[in-house]
Amino acid sequence: MFEPVLLKNVYVPDGHLIATYEAGGGYRALEKALKEYTPHDIVELVKRSNLRGRGGAGFPTGMKWSFVPKRADKPKYLCCNADEGEPGTFKDRIIMERDPHQLIEGMAISAYAIGAEVAYVYVRGEYVLAIRRLEQAIAEAEAKGYLGARILGSDFNFVVHVHCGAGAYICGEETAMLDSLEGKRAQPRLKPPFPAVAGLYASPTVINNVETLVCVPHIVARGADWFRGIGPEKSPGPKLYCVSGHVRKPGLYELPMGIPLRELIEDHAGGPPTGRKIKAVIPGGVSAPVIPEQGLDVGMDFDSLAAVGSMLGSAGVIVVDDTTCMVRVATRIIEFFHHESCGKCTPCREGLNWVVKVLRRIEAGEGAAGDMEQLDMLCKGIFGNTFCALGDGAAMGLRASLTHFRDEFVAHIEERRCPFV
Amino acid sequence: MTMREKIEQAAARYPDRRSAIMPALLIAQRQHGHLPGPVLEEVAEILGVERIWVYELATFYTLFHTEPVGKFHLQLCDNVSCMLRRSEDLLRHLEDVLGIEKGGTTADGLFTLSTVECLGACEMAPVMQVGDDYHGNLDIARIDALLARLRATVPHSIGADLAAAEPPGE
Repeated sequence: MFEPVLLKNVYVPDGHLIATYEAGGGYRALEKALKEYTPHDIVELVKRSNLRGRGGAGFPTGMKWSFVPKRADKPKYLCCNADEGEPGTFKDRIIMERDPHQLIEGMAISAYAIGAEVAYVYVRGEYVLAIRRLEQAIAEAEAKGYLGARILGSDFNFVVHVHCGAGAYICGEETAMLDSLEGKRAQPRLKPPFPAVAGLYASPTVINNVETLVCVPHIVARGADWFRGIGPEKSPGPKLYCVSGHVRKPGLYELPMGIPLRELIEDHAGGPPTGRKIKAVIPGGVSAPVIPEQGLDVGMDFDSLAAVGSMLGSAGVIVVDDTTCMVRVATRIIEFFHHESCGKCTPCREGLNWVVKVLRRIEAGEGAAGDMEQLDMLCKGIFGNTFCALGDGAAMGLRASLTHFRDEFVAHIEERRCPFV
Repeated sequence: MTMREKIEQAAARYPDRRSAIMPALLIAQRQHGHLPGPVLEEVAEILGVERIWVYELATFYTLFHTEPVGKFHLQLCDNVSCMLRRSEDLLRHLEDVLGIEKGGTTADGLFTLSTVECLGACEMAPVMQVGDDYHGNLDIARIDALLARLRATVPHSIGADLAAAEPPGE
């Protein structure tokens, strides 16, 4: 039986208070890290655990940390990406609202590992409750000596600041987030240099997602072998799945990495509403290419989903039933990317504008011969030609819709109406 | 604390005062309701940064409003997870009962109605943010009750007629 660890505290009354967190064993991993391990040991431990970044890209966390230069004449920074903007994703919000100390402990251990004394948590501005809870938790942790100078009698000093975002999906892209933190418009930077070498204020910087950071105390407490023993060897660990859309029990589920998508939806999220059938599932937020019903036996991990042409992304699982028009879903997704395009590069800014126009006219029953070819051409013009992954995500998702549900698009054009209205 | 003191407190968290523009704008907007030109200039003056740096952030990020918004800003999510749970029915209902279109503000200045991108609360879709608070698992009855509750919080000087005409809140 799988024992949830990341959500252990989330449903406990007053789980957000330090007394509750300590009573459940909280901050003992930090104490263990500072007393028993060197920073290098922690990096090696996390490498051995095979923890991969939960923000979407799945990059090995220990390896990311090891890119930070050991000696630097500038301060090092830890940034926590809590800008959670990928539609269908709400896991980081729930962690911050209900168990903010878990994140603070994860940040403290991670900062110790990379040699950072300052961290910024970039939280999207809409998450007012999460921001308040996090600020309260930081004050509590400072008062108890888990943050501040000479933490728990060690020579490790560490402070955490909350930085509120102001509504821009692009801030989830790590270099755009850094520009935003520096007080600029959020636009992605050219890489290299990578943030580990020259990130925030041109200093060595590690950016990790909330869920990635909250895995760290558990790895320290229970060991790399425990973590690697959950789910697939190459992308292991406990995982948070956000399930929404046409299911009877939408919600946040903690289950092993690699669980079959069908099992997640049918056994845990209650399956589709009575009398409906699943048509398709978006497995990892709207950037992740849609999977038709017959593909639902895929495992929910980075490698298995990549092998079927989709991605785990943020594990925002959106279930779509058989009453739904896939052209409408595709249109809404592209409208989102068009709205959130930062405007820096032409294929994304102009390409998505064009795609939205074509999709809207198809959905309205005003599609023309040649529109399908035009959409294919636009995907080709965007994919691989943009500055960051926003345009790629939009094009990949649209391509999957055009491939798996081509009949629906063609029916709209031929019948000159939406068959689902 | 004055706005200037709050902004100075925020600026102390960063090695570079330019980083404090975003928090300063959030502080200023909380104080003034929106961010007209003179407020942007005041923020630039307090932080000692270029005015253009302040303007460009105020116009880039969607949570900043350079034009006034109603006392209650109804921000209904219509991204995919909410759309699948019929957020468009709620939008139509809100437009009908408030007598405004999406993007508009009621004549009494109480309500501004907007649709927004994913609020990150899809487990309780359809969801709407009003001020600092999220309201989830919405249907038409819950929307009506919420509007009545919001109106009931307003003193008699504004919106009194509307509040009196509504059924009592939950």
